[in-house]
Amino acid sequence: MAEEVVLMKGNEAIAHAAIRIGVDGYFGYPITPQSEVLETLAEQKPWETTGMVVLQAESELAAINMVYGGAGSGKMVMTSSSSPGVSLKQEGISYIAGAELPCLIVNVMRGGPGLGTIQPSQADYFQTTKGGGHGDYHLIALAPASVQEMADFVELGFQLAFKYRNPAIILADGVIGQMMEKVVLPTPRPRRTDEEVIAQCPWAATGCKGRKPNVITSLELDPAIMEQRNIHLQQKYAEIEANEVRYEEINCDDAEYLIVAFGSCARIAQKAMEHAREEGIKVGLFRPITLWPFPTKALRERASNIKGILTVELNSGQMVEDVRLAVECRIPVEHFGRLGGIVPDPDEVIEAIKTKLIK
Amino acid sequence: MTKEDIIKPENLVYQKPHLLNDNPMHYCPGCSHGVVHKLIAEVIEEMGMTEKAIGISPVGCAVFMYNYLDIDCQEAAHGRAPALASAIKRLWPDRLVFTYQGDGDLACIGTAETIHALNRGENITIIFINNAIYGMTGGQMAPTTLLGMKTATCPYGRIPEIHGYPLKMTEIAATLQGTCYVTRQSVHTVAAIRKAKKAIRKAFENSMQGKGSNLVEIVSTCNSGWKMTPEAANKWMEENMFPFYPLGDLKDTSEPKQE
Repeated sequence: MAEEVVLMKGNEAIAHAAIRIGVDGYFGYPITPQSEVLETLAEQKPWETTGMVVLQAESELAAINMVYGGAGSGKMVMTSSSSPGVSLKQEGISYIAGAELPCLIVNVMRGGPGLGTIQPSQADYFQTTKGGGHGDYHLIALAPASVQEMADFVELGFQLAFKYRNPAIILADGVIGQMMEKVVLPTPRPRRTDEEVIAQCPWAATGCKGRKPNVITSLELDPAIMEQRNIHLQQKYAEIEANEVRYEEINCDDAEYLIVAFGSCARIAQKAMEHAREEGIKVGLFRPITLWPFPTKALRERASNIKGILTVELNSGQMVEDVRLAVECRIPVEHFGRLGGIVPDPDEVIEAIKTKLIK
Repeated sequence: MTKEDIIKPENLVYQKPHLLNDNPMHYCPGCSHGVVHKLIAEVIEEMGMTEKAIGISPVGCAVFMYNYLDIDCQEAAHGRAPALASAIKRLWPDRLVFTYQGDGDLACIGTAETIHALNRGENITIIFINNAIYGMTGGQMAPTTLLGMKTATCPYGRIPEIHGYPLKMTEIAATLQGTCYVTRQSVHTVAAIRKAKKAIRKAFENSMQGKGSNLVEIVSTCNSGWKMTPEAANKWMEENMFPFYPLGDLKDTSEPKQE
């Protein structure tokens, strides 16, 4: 049977993928430009088909704490929001990371700071990859560059979250959330039964049938034990860094210059790369798919054969810091960005390569 | 009666519930938490819900509830327990899900989570310990601190012009359509303890029967925070707390009305 190709928005793809892969619960609060996730779920009524719980919370704070509760009980639970709402969620995200629970968070980024704008942005890169909430923790951060990846990363996000008992986040921007593209949705499968949840998550608070009580907490007053907990977390993060780095390279083998970009900027950069090559400038595109763990080693290896790197971001220069760290400042690394909801066109990117790198 | 007679099962008049373990409690002597923990343990045991109970502990003195009750527990962020409980109950409808929260947790930082969980009619029970003070952080003003009452952050007494008025969350809860059973109890005498236990049992049963949300306020003492002996704290509570927080059922739709 041929795969069914459908046309939809990135936000809608998130909702449909969640229903199809058997997510147990979604808890959200409306905010532009991601409200279609909750709207699509409400319209699809998955509680009548798969039994998925969909609940509009009273705030983003409540929504992430519903996710914290659901995750503590071993269920596949998720939330979505956009930048100001994700700031509110940081408390809960820190607790979820501290209690080592799996869940999926979606941030369809808009411009800030403050209430900012409803137009697209990538200015939450620092918040997502460098902490966001309090304490030493990391999120597994996936950056989709297409509606197809919005759908695919729901499943990938949950796989990684459960593999490492760590929250995963899809860091999309308003462009990816709002644009319509063709997409092949995952094959529907039933949610896990309660018995399967208990078998898969023996640590979860599900009612202590046939075992000692489980406690889900991030609290430990004895600093010696708390330090050991933190060391354990860092060991887990090292394992994730060793195993889960994902990136895409296009035309990198013969490239003299590299564009490093994620999300919608990678799509724009790809067009810029094609135009630059028509002009005879050998440009390659390196697209981090996991923003944490960042593809540090792969970029470092690439840096030995190229003259310079331009990062293209919808911010004032955030990922560029990780790129500079990756290449250890052995080659020039410059940044080009548009701010406040403006999306650059490919010609601006080519111009930036010429003025900032080739000179 | 010999010792052998006394310990015969038929002569047993009191025993510690099995769910209340032997860990030494960190609560101050005279504090109400220990009694309420025991009542919860007894009710869960008597309902046969030990293997299906999930408790949510707050931030405050009762944060370590899970150290004393041998059931599955999750520790919430300050004020967010009703959000956790809402999700868990919806994802596990046959589980007994309850939160245990103090006045600062429930009536201040978690006001929104409390009101909305109750008003959605979540089939959960919220146990609300109201001792009119922040106990764990050292006796600061709570949303329920009485006018004139002295705390670390209103050392000259609570003055409405500066601190606003004490909040009657249970009265608010009784006005919400989603609530089924809203009651205010205490545990300062044997009779009060028996009534409080009945209230907790009713609330837990309602939540298992899908009748809506339940709030059981326990007007409590914090003799350390109030800087009183346990005995004086009980007397002070009767004289000062009960007139402002009167005991009794505020709402009960669990039984069909008799015409």
